Amino acid sequence: MSAAPLLEVRAIAKRFRGLQAVDDVSFAVPAGGIVALIGPNGAGKTTTFNLIAGAIAPDSGSVLLDGIDITGRRPDQACRAGIGRTFQLVKPFGGLTVLQNVMVGAFTATADRAAARQAAAEILDRLGLADKAESAARSLTLPERKRLEAARALATRPKILLLDEVMAGLRPTEIDRMVRVFSDLARDTGIAILLTEHVMRAVMALSHHIVVLHHGQKICEGTPEQVARDPQVLECYLGHGQASGPAPA
Amino acid sequence: MRAMAARDLSPRRAAALGLFVAVMLLLPLLVNAYIVSVLVVVLFSAYFGQSWNIMTGFAGQLSLGHALYVGLGAYTSAALFVHFGLLPWLGMLAGMAVAALAGGAIAALSFRFRVGGVYFALLTIAFAEFTRILFDHFGWVGATEGLFLPVANLAHDDPLRLRGSPRMFYYLLLALSLAALALSHHLLNRRVGYYWQAIREDEEAARALGIDVFRYKVAAMALSAAMTALGGGVLAFYDNNLYPDTVFAMSRSIEIITAPIIGGLGTLFGPVLGAVLLTGLGEIMTNLSNAAEISGLKQWFYGAALLAIVALQPSGLWPWLRRRLGLEEGRR
Repeated sequence: MSAAPLLEVRAIAKRFRGLQAVDDVSFAVPAGGIVALIGPNGAGKTTTFNLIAGAIAPDSGSVLLDGIDITGRRPDQACRAGIGRTFQLVKPFGGLTVLQNVMVGAFTATADRAAARQAAAEILDRLGLADKAESAARSLTLPERKRLEAARALATRPKILLLDEVMAGLRPTEIDRMVRVFSDLARDTGIAILLTEHVMRAVMALSHHIVVLHHGQKICEGTPEQVARDPQVLECYLGHGQASGPAPA
Repeated sequence: MRAMAARDLSPRRAAALGLFVAVMLLLPLLVNAYIVSVLVVVLFSAYFGQSWNIMTGFAGQLSLGHALYVGLGAYTSAALFVHFGLLPWLGMLAGMAVAALAGGAIAALSFRFRVGGVYFALLTIAFAEFTRILFDHFGWVGATEGLFLPVANLAHDDPLRLRGSPRMFYYLLLALSLAALALSHHLLNRRVGYYWQAIREDEEAARALGIDVFRYKVAAMALSAAMTALGGGVLAFYDNNLYPDTVFAMSRSIEIITAPIIGGLGTLFGPVLGAVLLTGLGEIMTNLSNAAEISGLKQWFYGAALLAIVALQPSGLWPWLRRRLGLEEGRR
């Protein structure tokens, strides 16, 4: 990691009633970098996403994007500042077409309908949803809906894209394809990506850097090779059972 | 399916729209005065439904108190005319401003304190009822005694002063309804229309895509209220008498929402179709009811129509009819 990071998370913490969901977590994502946030269910990955994207405000700590403090901004403000996010529990605009869903995102970057339509069409093409453009979003399969989430977020022209388990439910060949899509995206556009994922195949292939959370705390970070060898990581994954399963909180 | 934002007109759709406008323009010349008066009621219903549809059909915020804005528009323009001789159209502009402020304030208060869904709907009823009772005691506009506009027997229709025959009001309302259709089409095809529909479908997702949900919801309410108030102004000069208990009536609020629901919530033409069917058939029912000496046939019919729609065609009649007529929004 070099120079000033694009996204910097400084000692953020969030407590829900008795549960310390995120505890003093710090990490950074460089421009054009792909960083994975991993950990067992309930480790605090989605809460960390919500803290960065403004869906919830941290109890302490700060979030900096391009050197600007965006801590505690509303989600729409965070989006306009350059944070594009997906939801793990997908939220398509069911009554609209796939193209219209993505156009809603594109309207953040332009008020012109033709320009929004074209930008949306290009993104659908990139994410392999072009043939579904005119389908109602509610008719999509779950893996397609996950990709729609990514497409919509991407259309807002973010500086950093937060992907919350977009590979879940994909077949291995589809995973490889999405890995290619996102690494090409980062290379071609310089967009940074922060992702959470249970599919280790994707995490290892995609990320430059991995941050491991456990019980809300960062227990380790480094390159995929370093993390895979870290005894603490092995302990938390193997010692406590499965690394995959139902969605974490 | 609900309101896909309409695309540009295909030739087939343009022809259908042209035919509709032509029929509506010629209709009052071919029928008797009684039918014209029924058609006026149809157009009031269509126009109020279209105005309400922006708020509830497009932006997804259920208002059950739109009689409030009918009343504010009616009373503002009528009172300014009676007391100051202000030209009705200027008074209607003032009424639109009052209604937009009231609607915007109610929306802002509700959404600021995260009142949504059914609780928001209840609040809209509360404000309408509260205002009705307030006007019952508002002496300047006649309170329960009513507010009356002087009836002038003119040889000619005077659209500028809104004095004239039902036929003049028919054409005036037809123009308003077509303007509302054009405005709705225009808005649905712009960023604001996409944003409203996104908010209707999922507020959290809309917010994450950079949409200032609060602002767009308040704007939808203010616009819907202002449009409704314009119709309220016309209603005042058509009826010539205003009583709080009828102008602000809960039953009016319910009537306003029935036509768009039957026709197709969130669609462009649904409110118009619903108004034609409901008011037209409702009038037949009233006549039947009088002839057969069975009271309340119309109310039975309204209830049955709502039940049938909810059970059989919940997205409304227009999406179904549109498919049948091959008038679905074009694809590119």
